[in-house]
Amino acid sequence: MKLSLSKVAQGYRLGTLNNLGRKGDRTMEFPGCLLYTRTGSAPHLTHDTLQVISRVPVMTQLTLSSLAEHYEVLEEYKEGIGKFIGMPESMFYCSLHDPVNPCPAGYVTNKSVSVWGVGGRLEMTAAKFMSVQQALQPDWFQCLSDGEALCGEVFSAKRARKSVDRSLAFLDECLKLQEQSEVLRSCVMIGVIEGGDILEERLRSARETAKRPVGGFLLDGFHGDAMTKETRLQLISAVTAELPEDKPRLICGIGQPDEVLECIEAGVDLFESFFPYQVTERGCALSFSFDYQPNPEDTLLQQNGEKEEGEIGDCIDKVTTTKRVPETSFEINLKEKKYRDDFGPVVEGCSCYCCKNHSRAYVHHLLVTNELLAGVLLMIHNFQHYFGFFCAIREALRKDRLGQLKELICSS
Amino acid sequence: MAAPRESQSTRSPEPMAAVAASAAGPGTRAPAALALRVVAECGRSKARACELRLPHGTVATPVFMPVGTQGTMKGVTAAQLDSLGCRICLGNTYHLGMRPGPELIQKAGGLHGFMNWNQNLLTDSGGFQMVSLLALSEVTEEGVRFRSPYDGTEILLSPEKSVEIQNALGSDIMMQLDDVVSSTLTGSRVEEAMHRSIRWLDRCISANRRPDQQNLFAIIQGGLDPVLRSKCLEEMTKRDVPGFAIGGLSGGESKEQFWKMVTLSTDQLPREKPRYLMGVGYATDLVVCVALGCDMFDCVFPTRTARFGSALVPTGNLQLKKKQFAKDFQPIDEACTCPTCQRHTRAFLHALLHSNNTAALHHVTTHNIAYQLRLMDAIRTSIMEHRFPDFVRDFMKTMYGDLGRCPSWAVEALESVGIPLN
Repeated sequence: MKLSLSKVAQGYRLGTLNNLGRKGDRTMEFPGCLLYTRTGSAPHLTHDTLQVISRVPVMTQLTLSSLAEHYEVLEEYKEGIGKFIGMPESMFYCSLHDPVNPCPAGYVTNKSVSVWGVGGRLEMTAAKFMSVQQALQPDWFQCLSDGEALCGEVFSAKRARKSVDRSLAFLDECLKLQEQSEVLRSCVMIGVIEGGDILEERLRSARETAKRPVGGFLLDGFHGDAMTKETRLQLISAVTAELPEDKPRLICGIGQPDEVLECIEAGVDLFESFFPYQVTERGCALSFSFDYQPNPEDTLLQQNGEKEEGEIGDCIDKVTTTKRVPETSFEINLKEKKYRDDFGPVVEGCSCYCCKNHSRAYVHHLLVTNELLAGVLLMIHNFQHYFGFFCAIREALRKDRLGQLKELICSS
Repeated sequence: MAAPRESQSTRSPEPMAAVAASAAGPGTRAPAALALRVVAECGRSKARACELRLPHGTVATPVFMPVGTQGTMKGVTAAQLDSLGCRICLGNTYHLGMRPGPELIQKAGGLHGFMNWNQNLLTDSGGFQMVSLLALSEVTEEGVRFRSPYDGTEILLSPEKSVEIQNALGSDIMMQLDDVVSSTLTGSRVEEAMHRSIRWLDRCISANRRPDQQNLFAIIQGGLDPVLRSKCLEEMTKRDVPGFAIGGLSGGESKEQFWKMVTLSTDQLPREKPRYLMGVGYATDLVVCVALGCDMFDCVFPTRTARFGSALVPTGNLQLKKKQFAKDFQPIDEACTCPTCQRHTRAFLHALLHSNNTAALHHVTTHNIAYQLRLMDAIRTSIMEHRFPDFVRDFMKTMYGDLGRCPSWAVEALESVGIPLN
């Protein structure tokens, strides 16, 4: 793997990762995101429906939590997770946990970390962890790490220190095991930066992890509400300042467009794409504009469309549904009654399969009648919209227009 | 609010003038929205292979029509359904009539426009759902009276109302409202329902505001009584409808009674009009009923069973969630060309079916639809190549192991049309 930077400014980086993949001939642009999957498949989507989406990331995120329980099957299969899930052309990054399903705390010991699959808790010692990776054969994988720096709702300095110590110990143990396996030597280990909200611990984690022969870094524990936004960004910047320039920086649990931009400015390169999935699950469609150089006519059209969305009456008009995660300002809720007879596309100007072929009224109908197709169509739209956003980010960085894009996103 | 957009399909439906020209002989009156051409007939049984020309294109028969109840084929997109080779599928008048309602669908350009499906659509009358889904429905001469399960208001589904809704949906084939009674019922209620269905057929025919674009099919009733059923056939075939459905079967009746009513019906239905056997979808039933002279079939079974992880194969079905498939690295069916079988193993589907990723269901649904369509295609080809009886024997051997293990009703039915299974 070779990282080439085409631009570094104001904290952010624009560049490409080259010589990726088994044959060393693949390329990945950053800032970018990875394709989110659940049990090895994009949510709701088969190969055919995934294919209709533009700009699907070249690297797919797998989660150990969803795949570890299939370890024996994969061992017997022998040909690796890519072929097993029917995505032989993709590259894979295997994360420890699923960013959408938080796992219960208190199951990390000096010897093991637990992941939570469908069948329940699976205890991963370093040895077990590495054998599972050997069966998966991903291109990259997050090293076994202790991501718990919280004591209940609050960060604890003691716990944060422990998370760093343990993660380094796991890293060293896993690196040793990697050395012993030819298969694993062809996979890239991603070192994990821990340390809660304690600056010292974060710096220690970054410096120590950077000393090891890892291929990249995962900034863990910055998601959720335990930290203020200021603290989070300060810490991320401090961490990335300690990391070598020539290795990619991933972050987990961050998906909202405004937060993505902030993290990019703080030196992060790669993100997950679970956020469009969460939007899909609440029957919503991403609608935020990332077109910071719009046609003046289009702006007017969009503004007229948006006017109705801001009305207070909307809350009362929604078809009753249990809301799980609160909606953001980046999306519209297609269950709202006002979409019942709206025959326009989900998002005007969007060229995804859903917007080219179906109306808001139809998607509304599918949601109201609890039809499976709702998830399929919304996932297609939401992924395409999100991947388009990352493309716009790179474009904005190329043209020095990050400020304008930020303004547009943060005014959503 | 934007108006409905033009359909995105590059396929344009057959111009109605062409269909009319081929359908209308000299001296006939209004242009027809349907034309049936018998392409080949099995020399022995009553099986035939036809071309059914409808407003949204030609359908090759025998045909299996998947059921897309609420204007969607569950998790399969219209584009996927099209590429599987489906040329006609079903929508349910009862469900769509409730939500989102005929007015909205009309605004959307009919059901075709609403779901962006440019092939053919068949809608049922709503009668069956009401009687089967609703605890309290009351049948009178007027129609079926019931309470909406969504807002409790009292609704009357009359023949006129049913046709009105179906006109708004714009389906290529619509079904008369029939007085549906359980196939296990006997006595005067069956006779009453049969006569009423004839009267309701006439009311439906009169109520159809778009006979040149929408084909109203009659539904033969009469339960399991050959006298009643023959009477119904005699009367209904006097009416000038473009096609006939064989109804009132596929309930709780025995297979022995079932096949006898099917064959009695096809014996008395005109050759030049399509015969639609409602609610039949198991592979064996399809093969036998094609032999008995049926052209069109629908059933929720293949798509419904898919969502439980059950994949259809020539030897029956595979319950993919079962442990035995955890390490099975074959596709569902080696010979199947569907997208699921091209790319995925039983082992992967097994794992995915145990997750909450709905993609698992879509994989199996796609395969099951492909299986059904491929089966009908194989049946059709064998008829055209004059080897349908051999096809039937091979099919039964594959499905049941040896011909001695075939269900006796199927053996008798096939024997009755000149296909002995030994």
